[in-house]
Amino acid sequence: MHPILKIIAQRLALSTLLLLAASALIFAGTEILPGDVAQSILGQSATEQSLANLREELGLNEPAISRYFSWLGNALQGDLGIALTNGQQISESVGSRLKNTLFLAGWAAIISVPLAIFLGLLAVRYRDRWPDKLISAVTLTSISIPEFLIGYLLMYFIAVKLGWFSSVALINDNMSLLEKLNAIALPVMVLVLVVLAHMMRMTRAAILNVMQSAYIETAELKGLSGFNVIAKHAFPNAVAPIVNVVMLNLAYLVVGVVVVEVVFVYPGMGQYLVDHVSKRDVPVVQACGLIFAAVYIGLNMIADIVSILANPRLRHPK
Amino acid sequence: MDNQLDFMAGRVTAGKMTRREFMGKATALGVSAVVASSMFADAVHAAGPVKGGSMKAAMNGGASSDTLDPALVASEGTHAILRQWGDTLAFVSNTGEIVPGLAESIESSADAKTWHFKIRKGVEYHNGKTMTPEDVVATVERHSDESSTSGALGIVSGIESMKINGDTVTFNLLDASADFPYLMADYHLVVQPNGGKDAPAAGIGTGPYQVEVNQPGVRTAYKKFANDWDDTRGHADEVEVLIINDATARTAALQSGQVQMINRIDPKVAKLLDRAPGISVQNISGPGHYVFIMRTETAPFDNNDLRMALKFAINREEMVDKILRGYGSVGNDFPINAAYPLFDDSIAQRKYDIDMAAKYYKQSGHDGSPIILRTADGAFPGAVDAASLFQQSAQAAGIPLEIKREPDDGYWSEVWNKKPFCASYWGGRPVQDQMYATAYQSTADWNDTEFKRPDFDTLLIEAKGETDLVKRKALYSEMAYMVRDEGGLILPMFNDYIDATSDNIAGYVGDPLGGLMNDFALSRCWVKA
Repeated sequence: MHPILKIIAQRLALSTLLLLAASALIFAGTEILPGDVAQSILGQSATEQSLANLREELGLNEPAISRYFSWLGNALQGDLGIALTNGQQISESVGSRLKNTLFLAGWAAIISVPLAIFLGLLAVRYRDRWPDKLISAVTLTSISIPEFLIGYLLMYFIAVKLGWFSSVALINDNMSLLEKLNAIALPVMVLVLVVLAHMMRMTRAAILNVMQSAYIETAELKGLSGFNVIAKHAFPNAVAPIVNVVMLNLAYLVVGVVVVEVVFVYPGMGQYLVDHVSKRDVPVVQACGLIFAAVYIGLNMIADIVSILANPRLRHPK
Repeated sequence: MDNQLDFMAGRVTAGKMTRREFMGKATALGVSAVVASSMFADAVHAAGPVKGGSMKAAMNGGASSDTLDPALVASEGTHAILRQWGDTLAFVSNTGEIVPGLAESIESSADAKTWHFKIRKGVEYHNGKTMTPEDVVATVERHSDESSTSGALGIVSGIESMKINGDTVTFNLLDASADFPYLMADYHLVVQPNGGKDAPAAGIGTGPYQVEVNQPGVRTAYKKFANDWDDTRGHADEVEVLIINDATARTAALQSGQVQMINRIDPKVAKLLDRAPGISVQNISGPGHYVFIMRTETAPFDNNDLRMALKFAINREEMVDKILRGYGSVGNDFPINAAYPLFDDSIAQRKYDIDMAAKYYKQSGHDGSPIILRTADGAFPGAVDAASLFQQSAQAAGIPLEIKREPDDGYWSEVWNKKPFCASYWGGRPVQDQMYATAYQSTADWNDTEFKRPDFDTLLIEAKGETDLVKRKALYSEMAYMVRDEGGLILPMFNDYIDATSDNIAGYVGDPLGGLMNDFALSRCWVKA
C-alpha cells in the first residue's frame, strides 16, 4: 500500500475514534449540568405537580447509559431526536441553521483566506518596510478589538449613517443570491477582520523562516523577482503550518461566531445552541455539540492530510 | 392659547406636523408633556387610520426554542407573536376597562359566582372554519387540565363547571369573583379550533393577521386575514415580528429603517435616542416593579422590626434616578400603583429615613452580623447596582448588608423563592386581585415573601366577590397596609415601559399593561400615507 494512503487511512480511523470519544464527553457533560430540563422549561412558573408531569412526559426518569446508546444509535442514522422545548424535529431545524452557518462561514473564508495569504506574502516581500508595518498594524488592531464592538461600529457607520447594507442579516430561502450577499455583507466584514490577522501573521512567519534557506538564495541568484521567489519557492515549503492555522480559523468561523450572530440577528447554529443551552434542551445541545465536534475534527484532519501531501519526502518515497 | 393648540391639532390631523414639532410647540405654550402627548394622539386619530403598507417590530425576549402554543407563552417576544394571530374572549383596554373580544357581551349573576359570555357569531378562523362556543369550552378545558403545563392553570382552576346554552357559555365559579372577565382576558386563553387540543402550536386563530412564516427566535411574518371579524384593527397588509435580543442591534434596526417599532429601550440611551431624527421614544408607566424580597418565615426576616428597618433604609428616589434614569416612579412596599383600578392614593409614601431605620434596627435586636442580600444581573436590569445603592444607604443607618452576586443561570430555580433575601422583579397584572392572589395569598406557589396571613386571605376572598366598588376599594386599601407594614416586600420602584417608534407610524397609544401597546401595536397602528 502506498504510504500516503496508509497515513490517510490512519488519520481517518483516529478521527472517527476521536469523534466517538467526543460524543461520550458531550453526553456526560450535558448530564452533569445543574438543574434539569423540566425545571428550565417551566422556569419561574414551575409547580411540583407540573414538574413531575413534564419529567414523566420527557422520559427523564430512565438511566443515563441506556439513554446514551439509544441517542448515539439514532444520531448515526441521522435522527437527532425532538427538541424538548418546542417539539420540532432537531435534524430539520439544525439543517437550515447549519446551512446558514456554512453560508456565512463560506463567504467569510472565500474572502479572508486568499486575502490573508496575499497580505502575508506582501508583508514578507516588503518586510520591515512601511507596507509590512501597515498590514501588521491594521490586522493586529482589528483582531484586538472585540468582535461585537467591530460589529456595532460597522453597523453604526455603514448601516445607520450611510445606509449601504442592512444591520439585520436575516436571510431566507426566497431571497436571490445577491440579496443574501447584501444581507450578510456586514457580518462577513466583521468575520474577515477578526480572522485575518492570525492567518496573515502565520503566513508571514512561516515564509520568513524558509527565506533563510540556501535554495532561496539560489533562486534570487537566478535573477527571479522578489515576489516570484516568495510565491513559487518559499510558499510551497511553508504550506504546512499555514494550512493548520487556516483550518483552525475555518473551524472558528463555523463553531465560534455566536457573538456576531447575535449582533446581526443571523439565524445560525451558535444562537440556536445558546438558546437551547439556557433552556436545558439537552437533545439539541447534544446534537449541536456533535456537529461542532465533527466539523472541528474534520477540518483538522484535512489540515493534517494537506500537510502530509505538501511534504515531498512523503509524496515521493524511495 | 387654545386657538393656537386647536390650529396645531388641525395641522397634525392633516398630516402636516410631526410629533416632535407638536410636542415642542405645545410644551412651549405651557402644556405639560403628558397632556400634549395625549392631544397629539387624539389629533392623529381624528385623521383616521390608513390601510395598507407593511410594518415590522423588533422585540427583545424570544429564543429559537419558542413555540406558537399559547399555553407556553412566557416572554415578550412570544406574547407579541401570539397577540397578532389569536384573540381572547375579552380584552383589557389601556384605561383598565374590559372590552368585548370574542364574547360580544358579558353578564354575571348578582353574587358574581355565575358568568355568562355571549359568544360572537360568524367569527372565522384562519383555516376557514367557524369559531363555536364548543371551542371556547375546549380551550378552557385544555388549560385547566391538571397535567397541563399551561401558564393559565392557576387562573382557570377557579372554574367549577361550564355549560353551553345556544350562543352563551356559562361559567360557574368556586368562589365569587367580580374580576372574572379580566381573568378570561389572560393572553394564554386564546381561543383555538377545538381548544388547541389537536394542534396546540398550529398558530390558527381568529386574530387580524395569519401566520405565514414562523422561524422561532428569528422572525414571524403575517399577512392580513381577509375575513377578520373586527375591522377597526389590522390596518397594514403585512406585519412581521423580528426577535432581536441585543439592545444595540435593535436600536440600529430602528434607526436604519428596517423596523418601525422596538421595545425595551435601555433607560441609559432613551434620552439620546429620542433626539435622533425620525424616531420617538414612548415611555409608559405600568404596574411592573423591581423588588427586594425577604422571606418572612426565615430568620432573621421573621422579625418585623428588622423588615421595617430595611424598608426605611432604602433610598427610593435615588434608585428611580440612578437605576431607572427617571423612567419610573417610587414604590411604597405594596405591589399596587395608579396603573390599577381601585388604587388608594391616600396611603402615605414611605421615605428614606435613617433615624427610623436605626430605631427599628435597634428594636429588632439583630446581632449585628451582616445581612446577606443576593442579586444577579438577570434579577432585573441594574439589580447589581441597585443592591450596591441599598448597601450604601443601609450602611448610613448602621445596618450592615453583604451583597452576594449570583450567576444568572439558575437564579430563578435556585435563588428566587428559595433564599431568604434576594432581588427580583414582577410584571403587573390587570387587576389587584390577580396580583395579590399570585404572590401574597398563603397558598400561592409564587408567594415569594412567605406572607402567610389568614386574615389577609379572608380579605382577599371578600374583596374578590364584592361588587360594591367603594367597599371593594376600602378592602384593597386595608390589604395594601398589611403588605406595606408587615410584609416581606421592599418595593423601591415601579419601572416604565420604554418603546421607540418610527415617525412614519401613527396610532400609537401607551398601554400600562405592557410595552408596544401591550403588544397590540402591530395590529392597531398604521403606516402614514
